[in-house]
Amino acid sequence: MEPIVSVKNVTKTFTVGKTLFGRPNKVVHAVNNVSFDIYKGETFSVVGESGCGKSTTGRLINHLLIPDSGEIWFEGKDISKLSQNEMRPLRKDMQMIFQDPAGSLNPRMRVEDLVEEPLLIHTNMSKAERSKVAHELLEIVGLSSKHAKRYPHEFSGGQKQRIGIARALTVKPKLIIADEPISALDVSIQAQVLNLLHDLQERFDLTYMFISHDLSVVEMISDRIAVMYLGSVVETAPKTVLYKNPSHPYTQALLSAVPIPDPGHQKERIILEGDIPSTINLPKGCPFAARCKMCKPECLENKPVQKEIEPGHFVACHLF
Amino acid sequence: MADIREKEQTNAAFDQNYIDETIKADQSSKAKQFVKKFLKRKTAVIGLIIILLLIVIAIIGPSLAPYDYTAYDYDHVLEGPTAAHIFGTDVYGRDIFSRMLVGTRLTLGVSLSAVVIGAAIGSVLGLLAGYYGGVLEMLVMRSSDILFSFPDILLAIAIVAILGPGIINVLIAVMVFTIPSFARIMRSATLAVKGSLYVEVAQSLGCKDSRLLFVHIFPGTIQSLIVNFTMRIGSAIMAAASLSFLGFGANVSEPEWGAMLSVGRSYIGIASHMVYFPGLVIFITVLAFNLFGDGLRDTLDPKIK
Repeated sequence: MEPIVSVKNVTKTFTVGKTLFGRPNKVVHAVNNVSFDIYKGETFSVVGESGCGKSTTGRLINHLLIPDSGEIWFEGKDISKLSQNEMRPLRKDMQMIFQDPAGSLNPRMRVEDLVEEPLLIHTNMSKAERSKVAHELLEIVGLSSKHAKRYPHEFSGGQKQRIGIARALTVKPKLIIADEPISALDVSIQAQVLNLLHDLQERFDLTYMFISHDLSVVEMISDRIAVMYLGSVVETAPKTVLYKNPSHPYTQALLSAVPIPDPGHQKERIILEGDIPSTINLPKGCPFAARCKMCKPECLENKPVQKEIEPGHFVACHLF
Repeated sequence: MADIREKEQTNAAFDQNYIDETIKADQSSKAKQFVKKFLKRKTAVIGLIIILLLIVIAIIGPSLAPYDYTAYDYDHVLEGPTAAHIFGTDVYGRDIFSRMLVGTRLTLGVSLSAVVIGAAIGSVLGLLAGYYGGVLEMLVMRSSDILFSFPDILLAIAIVAILGPGIINVLIAVMVFTIPSFARIMRSATLAVKGSLYVEVAQSLGCKDSRLLFVHIFPGTIQSLIVNFTMRIGSAIMAAASLSFLGFGANVSEPEWGAMLSVGRSYIGIASHMVYFPGLVIFITVLAFNLFGDGLRDTLDPKIK
């Protein structure tokens, strides 16, 4: 199958400190040699704890950030070195949903204008045509077209996120990058929005890249999952394989932390010792070595590369 | 079962109505709250009343004037305030009150247009500097720093000295020293708005720079712009009057307040009312704009109750 997005050895660093002469001396390695493919029509989830580089990866694919090295292919075209002007037409096919629904909507624009904005940018539709599309989409995401004249602050968090979703859909994108779209919402609303996203995927034939830290949510919606740790992808596998047979020690620890809503259930939890290493001074070997129970001398020396241990199941660990 | 469903539906309908009503209440209360908060600041309200009065006078002043502002009357020269001439008369017997009414338009017009043009240029420069950064930002900000290092009036005098006296040159001088303060304020406001998520979102949607700047960033900076605007009008009136007083501005025969003050200075020993009234009106006008600006700033600041 053709991948719609192909991320190849992408690295992104941010300079946080400079010497007196302007040479960078403190660099945060946000994304470190990451590779994965996203196939058409699937939901590809990226999970990991805070600061592991998952949002940065999303922004790199959306070209809001430009990678230091590596390639990002979108629909058979390397987009990593395009200028903003060259990228603009491609943005029609690639929309983003953001974590903070309140912050992502311009407080001074009406809902109607917010939802129409991508059409205004990417199409030559008349105001009436745009308005028609916007009203239809507001209905589809569960709002009513009488809400169109209102301002974002008049809506609840869940409704705001629906507005954000409607906006992302107006130009009929092929890929939607959802950066923690539900983590700012409360649990009952989370379920509604997840169901909505699922329905929309079937209806509009969408591909999702879903960024989350919530493993139970990811289990519900994903087809394939990539686990990130300290800027690197440590394991990539189809959902069922990953949840049944987590292979990387970090994935195992992560999955053991998923709460199970059953008070009688006693589960063995893997408690990780120590802290995440600093992203400024990355460890030389495996990024997880310092906290890994199965650490070998080799792990401290060489960074493991991804190996396919069964079809579609990639692990970056020296144990395999 | 059917009962329960019906109940749920009425509940849902009730909830929707409730939400709609709270939304409406919230909408109207926002403007109301603003007015209420502003009205609490008595001095600012007084400032606003004076400003509105001045604007009315500027528009209909000439038709209110009891005398022709150019009519000479050698029977009543340098007379102090009387019932016929409430502000007294000048050295040619012209009615000072009428001259001041007529001159409101000129005085306010020069200062207002200087601030409007200066604010427009300064804001655009600040907006571009804040948005693009780099060399442009450095150029704009360092030039502002240079202009800032001169005392306002000294800079204005220098400009008028180069361009020559005249009302238009006063306007240009006042405009030039208005630019840097707007450039600075707009740059910092732009930087603040540029960092917000919705601007990043707009970029990810594919907005062009011009749309990003004027649709998404600029409206977020208007608040700080308005406040600075009202404050600068006060200082512009003062600067324009000072320049006229120093003889750089309007022709002394024109009823500009600063020029009238300047003429009156020669007769201060024998007819002090020629200085008092223009001086007092300039003082009150500047004060009114400053009080209004202060009040507006406090009202717009969500941290001040």
